[in-house]
Amino acid sequence: MTAETVELAHALGVGAAERPADGSNAHRNPGTPLMLEMFAAHAVNRSAAERRAATLVLRRSVKKIWQAGWLVNAIRCIDLTTLAGDDTADRVTRLCAKARRPLARHIVEGLGIAEMNLTTGAVCVYPTMVAAAVRALSGSGIPVASVATGFPAGLMPLPLRLAEIRYAVDQGAAEIDIVITREHVLNGNWSALYDEVCAMREACGPAHMKAILATGDLETLRNVYAASMVAMQAGADFIKTSTGKEGINATLPVSLVMLRALRDYGDLTGHVVGFKPAGGMRTAKDALNWQVLMKEELGNDWLSPHLFRLGASSMLADIERQLDHHVTGRYAASSRHALA
Amino acid sequence: MNSTITIADILARMEYGPAPEDPSIVSDWLTRHQAGFGHFIDGCFAAPTDPFEVANPATGAPLARVSQGSAADVDAAVAAARAAQPKWAAMPGHERARHLYALARHVQQHARFLAVLETMDNGKPIRESRDIDIPLVVRHFYHHAGWAEILADEFPDARPHGVCGQVIPWNFPLLMLAWKVAPALAAGNTVVLKPAEYTPLTALAFAGIAHEAGLPKGVLNIVTGDGRTGAALTGHDGVDKVAFTGSTEVGRQIRRQIAGSGKALTLELGGKSPFIVFADADLDAAVEGVVESTWFNQGQVCCAGARLLVAEAVVPRFEALLKARLSTLITADPLDKSTDIGAIVHPVQLARIRALVAQGVAEGAQLHQGQAPEGCFYPPTLATGVAPASTLACEEIFGPVATLTTFRTPSEAVALANNTRYGLAATIWSENINLAIDIAAKVKAGVVWINAANLFDAGAGFGGYRESGFGREGGREGMGAYLRDARPTAKKAEAVPVALQATPADAIGGTGIDRTAKLYVGGRQVRPDCGYSYAVLGAKERPIGLAGLGNRKDIRNAVEAARKAQGWGAQTGHNRAQILYYTAENLSARAVEFEARLKQFGHSAVAARDEVEISIRRIFWYAAWADKFDGAVHQTKSNHVTLAMNEPLGTLGIACPARAPLLGFVSLVLPAIAMGNRVVAIPSQPHPLAATDLYQVFDTSDLPAGVVNIVTGELDALAKTLAEHDDVEGIWYFGTVEGGTMIERASAGNLKQTWTEDGAARDWGGRDGQGQAFLSRATQVKNIWIPYGE
Repeated sequence: MTAETVELAHALGVGAAERPADGSNAHRNPGTPLMLEMFAAHAVNRSAAERRAATLVLRRSVKKIWQAGWLVNAIRCIDLTTLAGDDTADRVTRLCAKARRPLARHIVEGLGIAEMNLTTGAVCVYPTMVAAAVRALSGSGIPVASVATGFPAGLMPLPLRLAEIRYAVDQGAAEIDIVITREHVLNGNWSALYDEVCAMREACGPAHMKAILATGDLETLRNVYAASMVAMQAGADFIKTSTGKEGINATLPVSLVMLRALRDYGDLTGHVVGFKPAGGMRTAKDALNWQVLMKEELGNDWLSPHLFRLGASSMLADIERQLDHHVTGRYAASSRHALA
Repeated sequence: MNSTITIADILARMEYGPAPEDPSIVSDWLTRHQAGFGHFIDGCFAAPTDPFEVANPATGAPLARVSQGSAADVDAAVAAARAAQPKWAAMPGHERARHLYALARHVQQHARFLAVLETMDNGKPIRESRDIDIPLVVRHFYHHAGWAEILADEFPDARPHGVCGQVIPWNFPLLMLAWKVAPALAAGNTVVLKPAEYTPLTALAFAGIAHEAGLPKGVLNIVTGDGRTGAALTGHDGVDKVAFTGSTEVGRQIRRQIAGSGKALTLELGGKSPFIVFADADLDAAVEGVVESTWFNQGQVCCAGARLLVAEAVVPRFEALLKARLSTLITADPLDKSTDIGAIVHPVQLARIRALVAQGVAEGAQLHQGQAPEGCFYPPTLATGVAPASTLACEEIFGPVATLTTFRTPSEAVALANNTRYGLAATIWSENINLAIDIAAKVKAGVVWINAANLFDAGAGFGGYRESGFGREGGREGMGAYLRDARPTAKKAEAVPVALQATPADAIGGTGIDRTAKLYVGGRQVRPDCGYSYAVLGAKERPIGLAGLGNRKDIRNAVEAARKAQGWGAQTGHNRAQILYYTAENLSARAVEFEARLKQFGHSAVAARDEVEISIRRIFWYAAWADKFDGAVHQTKSNHVTLAMNEPLGTLGIACPARAPLLGFVSLVLPAIAMGNRVVAIPSQPHPLAATDLYQVFDTSDLPAGVVNIVTGELDALAKTLAEHDDVEGIWYFGTVEGGTMIERASAGNLKQTWTEDGAARDWGGRDGQGQAFLSRATQVKNIWIPYGE
């Protein structure tokens, strides 16, 4: 992003909007016109991004009760996910029960957070599972997120993809995780990408839209930065790394580049966009690392579920084990914790 | 605090909380040594004497009492090293490799102990001592265990110097020890090392570890103390090689102190390294580079990229990003694992930083600073509005202070980058590979990082140009600094030459047209500034001609002409070779004339023919090398190319031996220009005319003007002017022993590289007369680091 881009943004009437005082993104990201200048000449040096990502997590250490606190925060931000071919309504219902009560009672009490009503940030499922999830979560305040648009490859006719979004919203999904057409990025066809994501955003209606970039398919970090920018210009409320189905899913260097795009977009437009890494994150250590990344690069606002979600399925189990150890001083066994 | 804080409190603020490294094991060790530390000499610790206190800079609390080394202590240590050296050097390389390997292993096993001790003694954050310093120490010993193993294969003719006296600074105490000790021991030297007075504790701990690992006694000796101890060590007669890392001022003192002693010397000194950000750079990456460069180790880094040079087009964005990053750095207790910036090493250093910054502010700099706690801490600082003339842009601050200056074009960036007396390192940020490597080639620095900062590895050389010192540490070039080639000695030392007579001489005679030998400056034949000539005596002391009596101003003019001929170094080796071959061709065509000249000096017909013939061959030999003295690609980190490029020194002064008036000149000037240097040569004082005859050969061989300049006259006086000249990068002197001492002392002004030798020592016609050693002397290694990956 250059000084010229800033001028351009002003010329297009994109002003710095005020963010809500509570740091939430309830106001949505209205998007902007497509502005190639915001990313066309933007350099991303992979070696440097990898160095920063590698040292960033070694520069910060969270220990003892602070670590417990950060792990509890991670639970608040988890999109507890099942996206498997053998998903059933009952399986989704079990998952939702875990989302409502993510920690065993003795851990909750040991941490002194009984009044907090700790839940995961959301439950994330396929569109046909939305109804079951909505039923299971009723009264919990936990939103249901649905993938859509021909997840995970996205190679369905656009009208069908848009119809799928409308179906999921209609079933009660409050959040829609769309996938972009990777071909548009690989061919540099930014207007096609922009138009597609705009159409999806419109189809989402009141549901918040998370744009999955499938960064493992995009390969270069320049592509990641550019695709992030176009998705945000087209009105994505969150940008998300991966479907979990690509060869390489969420990594710290990719996340770093997406956060910088998100920051640059915010600096130019004043609009606030959230971030969701997904896929490949399994451990409590991952949960801490990604939170350190968010705090260092963007600040505390991006440690709340309004602006940060961890797309993960098995991570919660490891967090629960670590918190059990924190509470009891003994190393824990998974068999003593409820399955997701 | 822990007992009252709740999870809800933490969730509300999401702070990191304290993450202290437990120092109790190190504290216990220090308590056990409450009586004080003695020197480590001949394999054991002496009783403590004349102790001084070492404190933890972060708290001010005393850590230990350490002995002030006396001249007698240094004597004892050098004697122990001397006694151990023959056996250590005679050991098969494999045996020394086993010892170095054991040192690496034992340091690794005591890694956390050393990291905690280093942080307590120095004030650097535990993250850096744990993740950077100690792993590099281990890597250095492993790497040099390898050199010990293959030394005989890779350096077949080289020998160790003997006893090395090493003095190291306080900014990377154990790492600098490793950089000094590992190659010295690998090469078969023994060591007396003096750590810095502020930070001697890890060196003492290392001595204990060496003992534990079974290093033979006397091979490594540690003497603690202040600058007086260091001076006693560097000046000690029993020391064969001095290696120093520290300030340029002390480096200069050492250069003068040991001038003429015959000791080998390497210096790794100060810097004011440029950090160049082009408009097409990844600005976030460059900002992080500032964190890893200027704000690393509290800015107490000789190669810190302290001068940020930023393209005007991106200055506002770069500044905004840098200030945002500044605000997230944590300056705090160095033992906390989340600390980015720890304590300044000593209150004296803190006061120096404050004074320099205050002066900068008085000169108009604006400061942007992070937070720092009370005590011996200084916040990370960005100073904007700093012009090249500002104090902050010139003085090495050795604190976490970056200055920002803008530039318009790449050539202006290079001009600003090189506008310094130093030349240690440079950092270049650009996504354009043509631009980045072009600038890497043009900056005067021993280490260049492209799109990265402060990358180190034992496999690559580290060391500076200009007043940042000479010699390299690490890699093959670093091993070279701890080995010496066989040095020829004279049966009878070069005599002090007869005083020159600048008055009209006896009849010179001859039947041809009178020829005037002039000086040769900038490709032109010029009369000497003073207007005097001196008689050149031939056989039987009969005058055979006149030579110009060059003076200081002639040297000044010659150096200016040489400076203007910089393009010579940028030419391809092939082009230089063509000109050298052509020179040989033209000399050959005039061989008879040159033989006649040599006969005038008293050469026999055979001797004259030999000298001309060998000269022609020698020119061919260096022409052959002109495009073959390759650098290397070092194996360092994965996904990095580390290029070790041989670059010419620049302008080289050469004072030629009295003997071999043609061949001596050719043997020294040719390797220098083959490598791309420009030369100001002072020919044989008694017999300069063979050299002045050569300028016509140069003229007809298309040698560009200024590449070779010839000033005749009094060798020592002219050489002294060259040695003192701040715009001359190196000097080779082949005269009297006393003259050599004078040259080494006079060279200290800009710390130019010197090569001094008894002019009578070398057999110019034999094996000594040529070799790759001449090419190594004519070049310095620039290591360029290029990370890659997309």
